[in-house]
Amino acid sequence: MIRMQPSVDSTQVIADSDAVAVERTLAGERDAYRILVERHSQNVFRLAYRMTGNQHDAEEIVQEAFLRAYQKLGQFAARANFGTWVYRIAANYAIDRLRQKKKEEARRVESPTVEDNVENDPISKIQDAAPTPERLTQNLELRKHMEIALAALSESERTAFVMRHWEGCAIEEIAAVLKSSSGAAKNTVFRAVQKLRQSLQPFVGRTTQARAMGTES
Amino acid sequence: MKHLTEEDLIAYREGMSATRTEIAEHLKDCAECRAELVRIEAVLAALDALPVPDPGDDYGRRVWQQIAPRLPEKPVRWWQSWFAPKRLAALGAVAALVVAAFLIGRSTKTSRTPDLTANKEQVRERILVVAVGEHLGRSEMMLVELSNAEPNNPAQKKVNIAAEQRRAEDLLDENRLYRQTALEEGDTALASLLDELERTLLDVAHSPDQVTPAQLEKIRQKIEARGILFKVRVVGKELQERQNAPTPAQDNSKTQERNKV
Repeated sequence: MIRMQPSVDSTQVIADSDAVAVERTLAGERDAYRILVERHSQNVFRLAYRMTGNQHDAEEIVQEAFLRAYQKLGQFAARANFGTWVYRIAANYAIDRLRQKKKEEARRVESPTVEDNVENDPISKIQDAAPTPERLTQNLELRKHMEIALAALSESERTAFVMRHWEGCAIEEIAAVLKSSSGAAKNTVFRAVQKLRQSLQPFVGRTTQARAMGTES
Repeated sequence: MKHLTEEDLIAYREGMSATRTEIAEHLKDCAECRAELVRIEAVLAALDALPVPDPGDDYGRRVWQQIAPRLPEKPVRWWQSWFAPKRLAALGAVAALVVAAFLIGRSTKTSRTPDLTANKEQVRERILVVAVGEHLGRSEMMLVELSNAEPNNPAQKKVNIAAEQRRAEDLLDENRLYRQTALEEGDTALASLLDELERTLLDVAHSPDQVTPAQLEKIRQKIEARGILFKVRVVGKELQERQNAPTPAQDNSKTQERNKV
């Protein structure tokens, strides 16, 4: 699992300095917001990419999240963590985009065009996600299935899975984004893992079996 | 021995289990559950191998360069936001609705029937009809203008849709309010139309201020594909008819009719 887990001390230092940057921005020092953007862009990008599986969409989400955060900065409670807050804004916007995209794709399926077929082809999506030839050669087949399995999750499931598994977010944080209870958020993580497992187990099954039985060489 | 469920194992693996120690104890003794956990971990490990592109060290700087020109001069504090023109307009609309409700209430006072609850509901529905009718009219106008937008000068390569964008943002706030009210009133068809309209408004609001003819064409195609203009016109007309009806709606047959569609 790839999680960014800075130490408690460094997290606190960043949060404190974020709070100062927020105050300065609110006082009219627009350049202070630059510090927040430069500090948190990479993390927000990672979240957005994992939620959408598409670099272009992820970049748009990052920009929109920081624009929205700026507009709502007056409502941001200084006690809260700016990083978590902008993360939440990005996750919410990503959910909206995923929903919109799914609906558009559903409509396209009804009346496909040549151009759309290229766009919907899972292989083309994978190529978009994996620009380097080395990566493509690693395990294209499995990777294709993983992309498809992730895309098959509902927006809430994908959000819950990305936030919990990859980003290590607290269940309460996920519940806030999904606008649900903590119990429901936990169930959404379960459902996501179960669905991913169902889809991917046959493709990762053989090596796993060997490991589980202790027969792997 | 009672085995752990898949949920127990996922919760354990993802650090969401309240009985972590018990599960760890069980796993020590149970090869079958251990094997199941390994299988779950294998899937998750495979997913972890999915790469995330590196946007580069200067990514934050690039994001800033892209958004800086679009930032307003100064963000407003929460109390200042109450005096923002948009918020004031929304408050004005709400105040107008309250006054309208009062006046309608007064005008229907003389013909009051014993069934006061039904009367209140009629008043509520009538207010919704008037307000949503106007909202749909404004949305239609904005969408038509957007569909007809062209560069000011044929030599220009971009079309300025900033005005339509601002109007879409304003309409979005109202739209959410009416959609929620329609849902509460049980008018699912109207709520569904407002939901579709919201997505279109979101598209417009999130487009760049200046778009290329190709981008504009894409927006138009989306509007067309959803048939949103046609739907807005049909429902708007229907609401207009209901608004012009001589007496407050006697029943909710229209709503029921639309909900069937």
